[in-house]
Amino acid sequence: MIRVLLPPHLRALARVKGEVTVEVTGTPSVLSVLDALEAQYPMLEGTIRDHATRRRRPFLRFFACAEDLSHDPPETPLPEEVVNGKEPLLVVGAIAGG
Amino acid sequence: MSGVRVLVGTKKGAFILASDGKREKWEVSGPHFAGWEMYHLKGSPADPNRIYASQTSGWFGQVIQRSDDGGKTWFQPGTPPGETKAPDGTPKGESNKFVYDTSQETGAPLTTHQWYDGTQHPWEFKRVWHLEPSLDDPDTVYAGVEDAALFCSTNGGKTWEEFSGLRGHGTGPQWQPGAGGMCLHTVVLDPVNKNRIFAAISAAGAFRSDDAGKTWKPINKGLKSQYIPNPEAEVGHCVHRIAQASSRPQLLYMQKHWDVLRSFDAGDSWTEVSGNLPTDFGFVIDVHAHEPETIYVVPIKSDGEHYPLDGKLRVYRSKSGGNEWQELTKGLPQSNCFVNVLRDAMAVDSLDKCGVYFGTTGGQVYCSPDAGDTWAPIVRDLPAVYSVEVQTLV
Repeated sequence: MIRVLLPPHLRALARVKGEVTVEVTGTPSVLSVLDALEAQYPMLEGTIRDHATRRRRPFLRFFACAEDLSHDPPETPLPEEVVNGKEPLLVVGAIAGG
Repeated sequence: MSGVRVLVGTKKGAFILASDGKREKWEVSGPHFAGWEMYHLKGSPADPNRIYASQTSGWFGQVIQRSDDGGKTWFQPGTPPGETKAPDGTPKGESNKFVYDTSQETGAPLTTHQWYDGTQHPWEFKRVWHLEPSLDDPDTVYAGVEDAALFCSTNGGKTWEEFSGLRGHGTGPQWQPGAGGMCLHTVVLDPVNKNRIFAAISAAGAFRSDDAGKTWKPINKGLKSQYIPNPEAEVGHCVHRIAQASSRPQLLYMQKHWDVLRSFDAGDSWTEVSGNLPTDFGFVIDVHAHEPETIYVVPIKSDGEHYPLDGKLRVYRSKSGGNEWQELTKGLPQSNCFVNVLRDAMAVDSLDKCGVYFGTTGGQVYCSPDAGDTWAPIVRDLPAVYSVEVQTLV
């Protein structure tokens, strides 16, 4: 069970409060967590990754265990603390806009 | 009893303003989708409880929302809250998916358009500017998008397909973005000829299909734009808005970047009708619901100064289809007013005494219940208004 913390606007879109959890088969990675997240909350399709290119939206970042995972290949295994549920994967909206 | 429902899209959410037919007292609900840019909301003429909304964000991309109860509750089409599997087999999470058709089979392998520096630039989807529900089918809705293209959904917004014949008709590589992006912002459905669709793009011009969106042609003859290399080019004009006289569908009006124009022949030719306007730059134009030659514009000082001339917010009305204009000021601020009125931010109702509405970038939404003679603000302090649509409820 992977814990995921979404930014407030996406929590509103998914109609959830606080963290969500997703089940991932195989070795958990950002890619497999996002696949599971979108399967569980299809209203998030296209909001974290572009619908056509499947690339991360420019103003969203992925953090875990105080590390920025945004530029790692999406198949990179997640840190052990995320895999065992001690730490959440954070989907963070950039502070931008002035 | 008759009434009206005004759908307002703003920079930070949507608002719904409701009144009875007198249009004096208003109930305001919102913000819906707080914090999101709401480019456009529009109700289905065939089912007033069906409303489509374009919700967008620089962070999270495009979301299509739908209400089936007049704006009380909303959901993403095909993805009702709480459901994780589609009982009818429809792909879920597809309602936000706008993917350009570049297949050879459908005749539009177009992938680039002109960029600001004259080079070719990839076509990239950014957002939905305008949603136009079918006149007679609540499940059919058209979406004008940036980068400019026209999409259609025939299943209530669950999935979208491009009318690729518009981008692919031949002039697409010459289209280029205006200052606000390269957007298809206007979609007009002909109420008599069901196969006829009009679309307008900044900065490409106006286009028409006579076969329900399959093939398209530019309709810009008569437009003169001094800011492009060939002022009378087939495409490249910054058309800001077109409006149709619904009782005379051949009669169209246009607010171009500069110039107000009229066409008697469904866009085959245009004539300037700016007449005595103090400035003919502007964004909105609309037509009285019952008088096809009564039209409204809000002149803006210039393309460099997007606010009313002399700080006076004035609507101009012509009762002769243009050329002769009358300024309407009663109830509008006549000093220190420096707001803009964006292209989708004017609408009319169809009550016996036609109501006219517009919203400003200062957050005011004004209503005239007497066809423009007098005005009053419904609300004064919303976020910047992007769009205003009106539903007449009977």
